[in-house]
Amino acid sequence: MTADERRGTPVGRRVVLGVLALGAAGVAVGARVQKATDGVLATVASKDPTGLTGLLPGGGGFRFYSVAASVPHRSADNYRLTVDGLVERPTTYTLKQLKEDLPSTRLVRDVQCVTGWRVPQTAFTGVLLSDVLAAAGVRPGAMALRFTCFDGVYTESLTLEQARRPDMLVAYGMRDEPITDAHGGPVRLYAAPMYFYKSAKWLAGITVTDEVTPGYWEKRGYDVDGWVGSSNGRDDHPTS
Amino acid sequence: MTIPPPDAPLRRFTVAERWIHRATAALLGTTMVTAAFLYLPLLSELAGRRDLLVTVHEWSGIAALVPVLAGLLSRAFRADLARLNRFGPHDRGWLRSVLRRRPHPSAKFNAGQKLYASLAAGGTLVMLGTGLIMWFPRLAPLVYRTGATFVHDWGALLLGALVTGHMWMASNDPEARAGLRTGFVSRAWARRHHELWEPSPDE
Repeated sequence: MTADERRGTPVGRRVVLGVLALGAAGVAVGARVQKATDGVLATVASKDPTGLTGLLPGGGGFRFYSVAASVPHRSADNYRLTVDGLVERPTTYTLKQLKEDLPSTRLVRDVQCVTGWRVPQTAFTGVLLSDVLAAAGVRPGAMALRFTCFDGVYTESLTLEQARRPDMLVAYGMRDEPITDAHGGPVRLYAAPMYFYKSAKWLAGITVTDEVTPGYWEKRGYDVDGWVGSSNGRDDHPTS
Repeated sequence: MTIPPPDAPLRRFTVAERWIHRATAALLGTTMVTAAFLYLPLLSELAGRRDLLVTVHEWSGIAALVPVLAGLLSRAFRADLARLNRFGPHDRGWLRSVLRRRPHPSAKFNAGQKLYASLAAGGTLVMLGTGLIMWFPRLAPLVYRTGATFVHDWGALLLGALVTGHMWMASNDPEARAGLRTGFVSRAWARRHHELWEPSPDE
């Protein structure tokens, strides 16, 4: 290396330090900046036919999360929901029976993911968990519900008291359409007041139990009582 | 010391440097591919297996430091880092000359390569820091974790664009790629692209 190359201005070092300072500043004010940009980006994304702006951070819209190897599929015909455990009448529902035998409820609430994204005012249609439980007849000693999924991996849980709230839904419609495979169709849970990991996709079974069995993410550190705004160390505005 | 014939190829990178580049490219490439599968809905639907992807992403990100740190043992690598750091008089106005198609002589690395190196180094460190904040939630309170997520998301986009540009430039210059693959470049190429580069006798 020549002496000439050794002298010169240390611009490289200054750039590295500058980028680090910028990154630190971003960490410090990012939460506030994001609040401001989220609204703008969500508006732009909702009017963008290409959907590309939806891919920007905070661009609104759903993100796809699955812990299973592939998107599982059940058609409207071969879908089954079993209700068992501490109930008087263990039942297996087809999708048709869910829609016709039990009262239908439509909820419009924000969806809030624990990783930060939020989709405002999303309509879900289905059967209230409390109606499913009433039809099955809960036996004394029951304390909680355990949900299993036909992806073969995911599980969730609710206490009986939480499950009987009027905003806990066994959903078969989203945005007034059948729920797609990717969104957890044909039937998924929609736990409106809780972070979206509580809303198990591809719901296959509801078992009434005498104690709470922590679900998939809850064994990996998420709060079992996943209330939006008062769990997982987050302070989001409540969704329900 | 034997005097090399005037048309003998020039050594541009040592074996150690080429392995540092390969290993860093493989590890950072892994973080970028897993990032795409974690972030883009279309790819997430294909892959699923979120916790596996996250684990691979985290560890390849941490491991990406190793080749560079180990590389500091190499004298040639340290010398090239010093070259990348220092901007000489010929580097000033380099971009302007490139855009106006005026002659823009460079030493072993041109000003664009130097800027790329420092932006990529700083950017990778920022991604590492913000990544650790998200990986270990107990490190920082919520407001900084949200901030870290914000920086990590946008940083990924910018760094992705930067690295895409890096690969685009490489794809346009087969001899520069040969320099990294074999370690040697022709004297003609060096004169054309790095007129002011004066290889020291040990190179």
